[in-house]
Amino acid sequence: MAGLIDIFAQGLEMLLVVGLAPLLVGWVRKVKAHVFRRRGPSLLQPYRDLLRLFSKDALLAENASWISRTAPYVVFAAVWVAAALIPTFAAGLVFHWAADLIAIVGLFGLARFALAVAGMDVGTSFGGIGSSREMLLASLAEPAMLMVVFTISLFAGSSQLASIVDFVLAGGIGIRPSLGLALVAVAIVAIAENARIPVDNPATHLELTMVHEAMVFEYSGRHLAMIEAAAAVKLLAWLSLIAAIFLPFGMAPGPHSGFGAMAVGLLAWLAKLAVLATLLGLFEASIAKMRVFRVPEFLGGAFALGVLATVLLFVSRGL
Amino acid sequence: MSGIDIELARLMATLMLVVSFMLLYQDRLAGLINAYALQSGLLALAVAAQAHAQEAPHLYVTALLALVVKGLAIPLALHRIVLRLGVHREIEKVIGVGTTMLFGLAVTMLAVLVVLPVTETAAALTREDLGFALAIVLLGLLTMISRRNAVSQVIGFMSLENGLILAATGARGMPLVVEVSVAFSILIAFIVVGIFLFRIRERFDSVDVHALDRFRGELP
Amino acid sequence: MSALAIELVVAAVQGTVGLLAAASRPGRGWAFFVYGATAVASAIGFLTVLVFLSSGSPPAAVVLPLGLPWIGAHLRLDPLAAWFLLVLHLGSAAASLFALGYDAEPPRPRAVLPAYAGFLAAMNVVPLAADAFSFLFAWEAMSLFSFLLVLVHHEEGENRRAAYVYLLMAGFGSVCLLLAFGLLAGRDGSYAFADMVQHRLAPWAAAAVFLLAVLGAGSKAGLFPLHVWLPLAHPAAPSHVSALMSGVMTKLAVYSFVRIVFDLVGPSPWWWSVPLLVVAAATAVMGVLYALMQHDLKRLLAYHTVENIGIIFLGLGLALAFRASGLALGAAIALTAALLHVLNHMLFKSLLFLSAGAVLQATGERDMEHLGGLVHRMPATALAFLLGSMAISALPPLNGFVSEWLTFQAILVSPALPQPLLHYLVPVAGALLALAAALAAACFVKAFGVTFLGRARSSAVADAREVDRFQLAAMFGLVALCVFVGIVPAGAIGLLRGVTQTLAEGAVLGEGWLTGWLSLAPAGALRSSYNGLVVLSFVLFSAGASAWSVHRFASARLVRGPIWDCGYPDPSPATQYTAASFAQPIRRVFGSVVFRAREQVDMPPPGDPTPARLVVRLVDPAWNWLFEPLAARVAEVTERLNRMQFLTIRRYLVLVFLALVALLVVIALWQV
Repeated sequence: MAGLIDIFAQGLEMLLVVGLAPLLVGWVRKVKAHVFRRRGPSLLQPYRDLLRLFSKDALLAENASWISRTAPYVVFAAVWVAAALIPTFAAGLVFHWAADLIAIVGLFGLARFALAVAGMDVGTSFGGIGSSREMLLASLAEPAMLMVVFTISLFAGSSQLASIVDFVLAGGIGIRPSLGLALVAVAIVAIAENARIPVDNPATHLELTMVHEAMVFEYSGRHLAMIEAAAAVKLLAWLSLIAAIFLPFGMAPGPHSGFGAMAVGLLAWLAKLAVLATLLGLFEASIAKMRVFRVPEFLGGAFALGVLATVLLFVSRGL
Repeated sequence: MSGIDIELARLMATLMLVVSFMLLYQDRLAGLINAYALQSGLLALAVAAQAHAQEAPHLYVTALLALVVKGLAIPLALHRIVLRLGVHREIEKVIGVGTTMLFGLAVTMLAVLVVLPVTETAAALTREDLGFALAIVLLGLLTMISRRNAVSQVIGFMSLENGLILAATGARGMPLVVEVSVAFSILIAFIVVGIFLFRIRERFDSVDVHALDRFRGELP
Repeated sequence: MSALAIELVVAAVQGTVGLLAAASRPGRGWAFFVYGATAVASAIGFLTVLVFLSSGSPPAAVVLPLGLPWIGAHLRLDPLAAWFLLVLHLGSAAASLFALGYDAEPPRPRAVLPAYAGFLAAMNVVPLAADAFSFLFAWEAMSLFSFLLVLVHHEEGENRRAAYVYLLMAGFGSVCLLLAFGLLAGRDGSYAFADMVQHRLAPWAAAAVFLLAVLGAGSKAGLFPLHVWLPLAHPAAPSHVSALMSGVMTKLAVYSFVRIVFDLVGPSPWWWSVPLLVVAAATAVMGVLYALMQHDLKRLLAYHTVENIGIIFLGLGLALAFRASGLALGAAIALTAALLHVLNHMLFKSLLFLSAGAVLQATGERDMEHLGGLVHRMPATALAFLLGSMAISALPPLNGFVSEWLTFQAILVSPALPQPLLHYLVPVAGALLALAAALAAACFVKAFGVTFLGRARSSAVADAREVDRFQLAAMFGLVALCVFVGIVPAGAIGLLRGVTQTLAEGAVLGEGWLTGWLSLAPAGALRSSYNGLVVLSFVLFSAGASAWSVHRFASARLVRGPIWDCGYPDPSPATQYTAASFAQPIRRVFGSVVFRAREQVDMPPPGDPTPARLVVRLVDPAWNWLFEPLAARVAEVTERLNRMQFLTIRRYLVLVFLALVALLVVIALWQV
């Protein structure tokens, strides 16, 4: 029975992260449209887009290899698994112990690698430019993320997300400046990882400014749908990650904490996602995209904040 | 001495350090001046928190001075100067932003490493403040040496002075007279530098200190 | 027969095969015989040490009446030696198997075959040697045979220069190790390792030994800035030898460092870890940045060896720091991470070099800018290279991720250290490690993408054929091991228990290490855990489920069309992204500081039909700021000493006499 509940809770999380991801994207778009005084597309538009893409034939270039055909599924699977390992409505689900924060970051790296390789498959200049820039941005985001992981695990004595959630819920942290710095740093990393403004523009139509979109130029039909879905799940995963570390309130402590706690956790999670997505929309609407070679400085800022957070933490602990 | 004061003072000192990094990062004059104003405002809050924590009313005066002179008056004046000089809004840098930031991080760690062990007897808050203050001073110097523009050098200098005030108030027991005289000397320095800026500009059509070097014949 | 005896027989067999090949006039069948015999011997050796390690057998020692008469050859098989022998035998078995197809008809059998077998035999003796004399003898033999193998294609001037630089650096490293052993033995000590362990050194002497070990082992392993010979020499050798040099020989240098610093010197002060961490982090980042600037496939791989050596030494530096402060758990995690990365790097670097060899054999090209589209011509090699790239880029669930994850875990334990300096240094080193890993991923997207994907850039690719079954067997054997160590790292880590027990303050990573379902949880499951098997099955399940449901419920039709390329496709393969253009953003961000990279664009005026040119200038900091000034000084000094060539005989005798007297004076002073 206990095993059944374990599997059920984990399965529910997996289905929820996929099912809700397009809605989240729709929500961000809606917020941005409101700021621009437009009505904007329906919240369900991302679902319709995905369905439309799924029902079309996939068109591939003549010289595309098996890499192009498999990469979308690898990307989607890696992101999906990463999202399922992040505590959303309940911490400590059965598979959450299979990977800590570093391994989750590694899974995002796997998805990025697969997509960048696929961008090179057909041999176009746009694919190359996208892959090359994506890997540059990743190489700058990774050290910043590691400093954040280090700071958090200094606080919580663990790099395991479930343990971090428990620690924060037990009131072990309180309001600390270095936590704030880590939050800003992780927000910058999340923006870069999800190809949002000001690092990249998910809605751009100007080729030379694109990073993520340039990589997926040659894709269509179901392959494109998988990649779009993966991007949506990734956004949801990063927002859930931020929520789990910095605002774990209301989360059910485990799969066996009863139906009521789960329901509360679910509602709290949805509310947190809505708030974070609104903030993201407002931020995106209020800022312009950067030149590509300004982005390293932006991400370098995240790294600096991460290092500062660590330094401050050691200082306030009296070394 | 209540816990909230200490937390607040610590928070403000931390934020001042972060703003020092913003000063290093900024490449627009207007942004640079605003960041400086922000740092001065934070200094005022930090000093006020210290005043409450140490129950030293004269520090409130320092806080007020910092807020009015450095948080409002000087930044406004600098904005006007920049407008009247019509200087380039983008700042020319000697070293790239990334390298400067890395230097800044290293310098910060160095400051903390040096200060913390030698002040083991002092109260925790003082130690932290001293460490941060040294870091802010060093970052101010770094801001000065990584820019060519005279206005940004002035700002680096004044940010350095913010660090000094932070150290002085944290160390408790700095007489008000010293405090006020420091503030005045900074004001005088600001005025002198302001006048100099106009003179430089008159002569060289630029506030790039590079031009001065060339004039001295040190550069081709 | 004991494990030690079998290992000695394996070495003897390999040496004999080499002697036979040298004595006879090797013909067609000889390559098959040499590579087959070494492969079988290596496989037997591998199984022997595997049994030795997994059964936890006690160390065995023997003294053979060889070498210097009053010393004899001390040989000893302990867990540390066995671990490196395991790595060696796996690497040599794969290389020999590959060579059965790759080098079946060597262009110069007399040059390659004896040196190859001798190289293997010498490498086999290095970890077994238990006295300074036999160690250095085997070490030098290893260097000499590999030098001969670098010179196989000596008609190219570049290779002769590579061999020359290699010989110089190998000599420098050996001198450092010789001096280190001299200090370890002391004034009247014995040169057997067993006596050196007993002998406690004065602090200054221990520090000198440490420094000499860093220089000696570091120059052989490729620590920055002593790495300069490595990217020249490794690619110059035939590809299966490149795999051995990069995958195995650099590991034996790591072995010599671990043996000297962790075992022979004994307890060490904490500050030793500081220079080691700094050098290791610099090596990791510089190695990968150099690699990104390359467009020669094998040289790119050689620079990645430098990067991975940095990662290994980072783990060793952490282990030193933890051990000095008595934090046994941290020391055990860090040492396990470093030694596991030794195995992992051998696996994926051999795999990558062998695949690069396959590409070289099929196309005759090492320059990536002339390749492209090979995934269509050589699908199996492409798959092997892709998996190797993923492993070296530290992507889960492959093996490279496991050892980097363990290194990160060791870094996360570092706040327990009492030294404030390390509190700041270790996380920064960790951030540099993360940077190196991310840049490595970028570099291998480039290497795989430019070599195997896209459209063919030259006619060499059009005639490429897939390599034969021996080569594929070698490559896919390594692929299987990469996956296996990635998902069941507990198996490999279990073999390391004996090593950490003796070297890491007696810490046993026993209970709590491996929780249910083969998870890794080095510091307790609440702190961190990772389970490659679950992650792999989870990813496979998700990918399979999504692919199946999409094909079942949505659309399964695939239409082929021309390249879209945003509406303006250009049929010329020259419009693709090249290796240089892929690296351009990274060159601009990092290279402008590190290599002083400068781009110069010569744009002809409008109306002039000559092509525009982009020239990139890079400055190699190691050559420009260390070796060239050094070489200039040496040349200056030798110019002065040149006069001594033209003396009379009497003056020469005066010199000899003075030298003799001076040495006697030194000895007299030392005795006082």
